[in-house]
Amino acid sequence: MFDLDNWQEIFNTIRKHKLRTGLTALGVFWGIFMLVFLMGAGKGLENGVTGLFGDRAKNSLYMGGRFTSKPYKGLAPGRSIRLTNEDVAAIRNRFEDEIAYVAPRMWMPSGEVTRNGMSAAFDVRGDGPDLIHIDPIKIIQGRFINQMDLREKRKVAVIGRGVRNVLFEKDEKPIGGYIQFKGVKYLVIGIAKSSRRGNNGMEDEKTIYIPLTTAQQVRNRPNSVGWFACAMHPNVKVSTVEHKIKDLLKERHSVAPNDLQAFWSENIEEEFAEVQGLFFGIRFLVWFVGIGSLLAGVIGVGNIMLIVVKERTKEIGIRKALGATPNSIVSMILLESVFLTTIAGYMGLAAGTVIVSLLNMAVGEGTEFYGNPEVDMGVAVTALIILIICGAITGLIPAMQASRVNPVVALKDE
Amino acid sequence: MISLQNIRKSYHTDYNSLEVLKGIDLTINQGEFVSIMGSSGSGKSTLLNILGLLDEFDSGEYLLNDAAMDNLSQKQAAMYRNQLLGFVFQSFNLLNFKTAMENVALPLYYQKVDRKKRQALALDYLDRVGLKEWAHHLPTQLSGGQQQRVAIARSLITSPKVILADEPTGALDSKTSHDVMEIFKEVNREGITMIIVTHEEDIAKMTNRIIYLKDGLIEKEETGTISQT
Repeated sequence: MFDLDNWQEIFNTIRKHKLRTGLTALGVFWGIFMLVFLMGAGKGLENGVTGLFGDRAKNSLYMGGRFTSKPYKGLAPGRSIRLTNEDVAAIRNRFEDEIAYVAPRMWMPSGEVTRNGMSAAFDVRGDGPDLIHIDPIKIIQGRFINQMDLREKRKVAVIGRGVRNVLFEKDEKPIGGYIQFKGVKYLVIGIAKSSRRGNNGMEDEKTIYIPLTTAQQVRNRPNSVGWFACAMHPNVKVSTVEHKIKDLLKERHSVAPNDLQAFWSENIEEEFAEVQGLFFGIRFLVWFVGIGSLLAGVIGVGNIMLIVVKERTKEIGIRKALGATPNSIVSMILLESVFLTTIAGYMGLAAGTVIVSLLNMAVGEGTEFYGNPEVDMGVAVTALIILIICGAITGLIPAMQASRVNPVVALKDE
Repeated sequence: MISLQNIRKSYHTDYNSLEVLKGIDLTINQGEFVSIMGSSGSGKSTLLNILGLLDEFDSGEYLLNDAAMDNLSQKQAAMYRNQLLGFVFQSFNLLNFKTAMENVALPLYYQKVDRKKRQALALDYLDRVGLKEWAHHLPTQLSGGQQQRVAIARSLITSPKVILADEPTGALDSKTSHDVMEIFKEVNREGITMIIVTHEEDIAKMTNRIIYLKDGLIEKEETGTISQT
C-alpha cells in the first residue's frame, strides 16, 4: 500500500481523469465542509449563550424573602419577610454537607458615587468573601473582600472595571484611592471583571462591592440580609436543597408550609440544564444534517467508483491480461477511492475551518447570543476518519466487481 | 512448450449450450512460429484465450512449460500470464491515458520491477520496434501500425516464452501488416514461440506451421513458407 509505484499509478490515473476526479471529490468536500461549518456555527451559538452565564457556579441558588400570602399561627398574610444573619448561620449549620458556600448580601439604596469631583450612579452591594466562588466575577487587580474586612466592618470597596473606567483616569492607580458614597469614603482594594458576555457582563462591571457588615452598619440595619447566594458541593442537586432551605426558613419565620409566595429563589442549575438541553438539540441537528451530507458524499464516491469500474472494464481486462492479480486490481480501485475521499475530505475540513475562523474574526468579541464559533478538531477528525472508512467500504463493492472482470469479455468490449 | 490433450470448451447460455472446442490435441515446441486459421466460429479465438490462460477449459490437459494449467486460481493465472506469456491484440489494447513508454513498462509494474529500471527497459524495447522517439506520445497520437508495434514491445518486455497474437494484423493495411510480421519473425528467431490467430491466408503463409481449425476441431496442418531454424 505504501509502495511508491502504486501511488504513481493512482496519481497518473487521477491526473488523466480530472473532471471525473473533481466531481467525485466535490461531493465529499461539500459533505465535510457542511459538517465542519455547521458544527462551528452551532458551537458559536452555544458559546454565546453559555457565555451569558459566565463562570458562575452552575450548581448555585439565589434566594430571598418576599411577602407571605397565607395566614399562619395567628399572623396575617402580606407580612414582609426579612432575612437575618441568624438565618444565614442556621442554613450554614444545617446544610453543611450539601452547601459549599453561602454568600449573604445586601443592596445599598441607589445613589451617586463620587471621586475627585466626578460622579456617577452605580450599584453598591454589601457582600462577603464567599461571593467570589459563586458569582461570575474575577479579581484582576488587588483583592476581594475578606473575613477581616467583615469582622472589622472596614470601609473598603472592590470596584468593577466599568466603575474604574468612569471614576479613574487611565494612568491612575485605583487601588489605594478613595471613592465616596452617601457621605462615606471607601478605600479601593480591588478591581473585578465579569466573565459573563454581553450586557450582563457590562452590568456586572458597573457594580461596587463593600463588606456586608459595613453595608449593614451604614444602613443601620446590623442584622438584616437582603438575599443570599449559595453554591452546592459537587454532586448535590440544587433543587432538593432548595426545598429544604425554604422549609427551614418558613419554620424560622413562621410562614405557612404551603405558602409559595414568601420566598423567591432562582435555581441556576435548572436554568443551565434547560440551555444545555437546547444545545443538545442543536448538536443533534448539526450531526443529523452533517452526517446526511457526509453520507451523500460517500455514496457519491461509491457511485462514481462503480461508473469508473464500468468505464475501465477494458483497462482492467488489459491489466489482467498483462499479469495483474485480482488483489492488485482491488487495491488499485480501493486506494484510489480512499485517496480521493481523504484528499477531498481534508480540503473540506480545511475550508470549513477557514470559513469558521473568518466568521470568528467577523463576530469578534461577539454579540449577546453569538460568540467565538469554533471547530471541535476532535470531532472533525473523527468525521474525516469515518469518511475514509466509508470511502473504503463503498470503494470495496466496485473494487470487488472490478476484480471479477473476465479479461476475455473485457477485451472484447469494443 | 505447449501441449494440449483433448481440450474441450463449451459456452452456456440460458437456453442452450454451445460446444466451441470439441477435443483439441496439439503440441507446439519451443521456438515454433505457428498460425491458427479458421473461419469465424471455428473456435480459434477461444483456443487462443485458453492458451493465454484468459479463459478456462472444461476438460482435457494443458501443459505450459511442463506445468499443468488446470484449476488455476486467478492469482496463479495472472502470474503465469505475466511471466511466460505475451499478448498482442487486434485492437492493440493500449491504455489511452498512458504514454507509449508507460504502456510498454506496465507488465513490469506487475512484476514489481523498479520504476526507473522498467522505464529504461521500456525505452530499449521501443527502440527495438523503432519507436524510441515516440516514447512520450499517447497511443491516440500514433498510427495503427505504430500502436501495434508499441503493443508488441509491451508483450516482449517480460521476456516471455510464448507470444500469443489475436488477429494482430486485422486492423492494419497490408504494408504495415508485413512490417509487423517482420518484427514477429525477428522475435521468433530469438527463440520465442509465436502463436498467431488470423484469417488472412497470406499472413498465415508467413509462419512455419499453419493449423486449420473447423467447428472446434483441428482440420489439417500445413507447413508455411519460412522454414524451421
